[in-house]
This record gives sequence, C-alpha cells and structure tokens, in this order.
Amino acid sequence: MIQAFAFYLFAAVVILSGALTVLSRNPVHSVLWLILAFFNAAGLMVLVGAEFIAMLLVIVYVGAVAVLFLFVVMMLDIDFAELRSGFVRYGFFGLLVALVLAAEMIIAGGAWSAGSLELSQRAAPTSGDLPNIEAMGALIYSKYLYIFEAAGLVLLVAMIGAIVLTHRERKDVRPQNISDQVKRRPQDAVRNVDQPVGQGVEL
Amino acid sequence: MIGIQHYLVVSAILFTMGVLGIFINRKNIIIILMAIELILLSVNINLVAFSAFLGDLVGQVFAMFVLTVAAGEAAIGLAILVIYFRGRGSIAVDDVNRMKG
Repeated sequence: MIQAFAFYLFAAVVILSGALTVLSRNPVHSVLWLILAFFNAAGLMVLVGAEFIAMLLVIVYVGAVAVLFLFVVMMLDIDFAELRSGFVRYGFFGLLVALVLAAEMIIAGGAWSAGSLELSQRAAPTSGDLPNIEAMGALIYSKYLYIFEAAGLVLLVAMIGAIVLTHRERKDVRPQNISDQVKRRPQDAVRNVDQPVGQGVEL
Repeated sequence: MIGIQHYLVVSAILFTMGVLGIFINRKNIIIILMAIELILLSVNINLVAFSAFLGDLVGQVFAMFVLTVAAGEAAIGLAILVIYFRGRGSIAVDDVNRMKG
C-alpha cells in the first residue's frame, strides 16, 4: 500500500516536473524543474531496489550536470523572450509527433507484456542475500571491467574536449610564462661591476 | 500492486515529454539539451525497471554507462554552446547554417 502510494507520488511528480522543464518560460526554472525530475526518478529507482543507480543519479545529475546547466544559463546573457518565438507554430506538430510516439510505446509495452519471458537467459541474475551496491561492484569490477574503463575513457575525452573547446588565448592579459622563468640563469641575469667612487651606475 | 507496466508507462510519458520539448523549443538550445537529458532519464528508468523486475543486474550496469555518456554529452554540448555564444552573442540555433562549415 505504502509502496503504491510512493510510486504514484514519485511518478506524478517526475512527469509534472518533466513537463514544466520543457514548458517553462524561464530557463533557470527549467533547470530547477529538471533537478526535481531527477530526484523523483531516483526515488522511483529506490522503490525497485536499484539504490546504486539512484544515488548515482542524485550525485552525478543533481550535483554536476544540473549545476553545469545552471552555470551556463546564468553566465550567458541571452534574450530568452526572442527565443520563444515559434513556440505555437512548432507546438502543434510537436504535439502530434509526441502523441503518436507515446501511443506506439504504450502499445509496444502491452505487446511485450503479452509475450513470454525467457528468464533462463539472464546474464547476471540477482542474488537475494547480496545488497544492490555490492552486487553491482562485483559485476562491474569483474565481468564488465573493460567496459567500465571505457566509460572512464569517455569521461576523460569529454573533459579534455570541453577544456579544449572553451579555452582561449587572451591577448589583453600578460600571463606568467613559466618556461621563461625556469630557463633564466644567474649568469644571464646578474653582472658584477667594479664601480668607481663618485660616478653614477650604468645600467 | 506496482508492476513493470507502471514503470514502462511513466518512462514512455517522460520520453514523449522530452521529444515534445525538442520540438517546441527549437530555438533555445539549452532547453533542447535539457530535453535530451529527460529522454536519457526515461531510458534509464526503463533499463532499471526491466533489470529489477526480471532479476538481471546487467540492466543497471548498462544504465550506469548511459549515465556516463549523458554526462559527457551535457559537458560537450554546453562547451559548444559557450563558444557559439562567444562568437555570435546569441544562441539561436536556426542561424547555425551561417557558419558554412
């Protein structure tokens, strides 16, 4: 009973906040609704016992991606009212496509549930006594180790790509030139002079 | 009792919402990126639901990889958006074709 209540609560909030994400006038509000949607999706995942993915969703999405969105929205000075034009023009067509898509997916789900399940073909059956996070760790670090490392590589490439894309050489500032500083030797920089008394210093 | 159908319907509605968001916000690329995030979130809900109800953990492993790719995609997309804004002063994506790449 409490499980059904929690499911309907999370599902309703995730759908509502998803709708408000795409319909909201202000992009900052959109990001905040997106965060709410992620939180409630994490709740949905906790309900079926996928704690690891749920916590990952909260940490990665709410902690990193949504904050990144928020930074970009607030950093760029954008006329959002101008970008809203064409909302109604595309709205009808978009609604049509969305309705067809939703109907197709629900029909596909119904057709799938009417068929039989090949439960003997499970690749990594869940065992009842192991907690979700332990089971995930045992699987990721043994059977799917190379794919896991490939995922790390994807993140590395994304990080380097983002840095390379947004980095720029600025001409109006004088940054520290570390190699020039390291190359400098005392014999190039210091000169001993026998300075006569009563005369100025020659530079 | 909550079955897998409930989860599939929620995820289908969320996916549809993301597609609708791409259509109705065609000029605002930030909202388009957020709509893509919604779509990937619905995919993740689907994977986790199947994984939990069929008793196979691989779905959750795959959901983690989808999450990884989604994070990378958001970072690269926002980086491209920032350099586009720096060069043009606007993020209206319908004059991207002026770049003549």
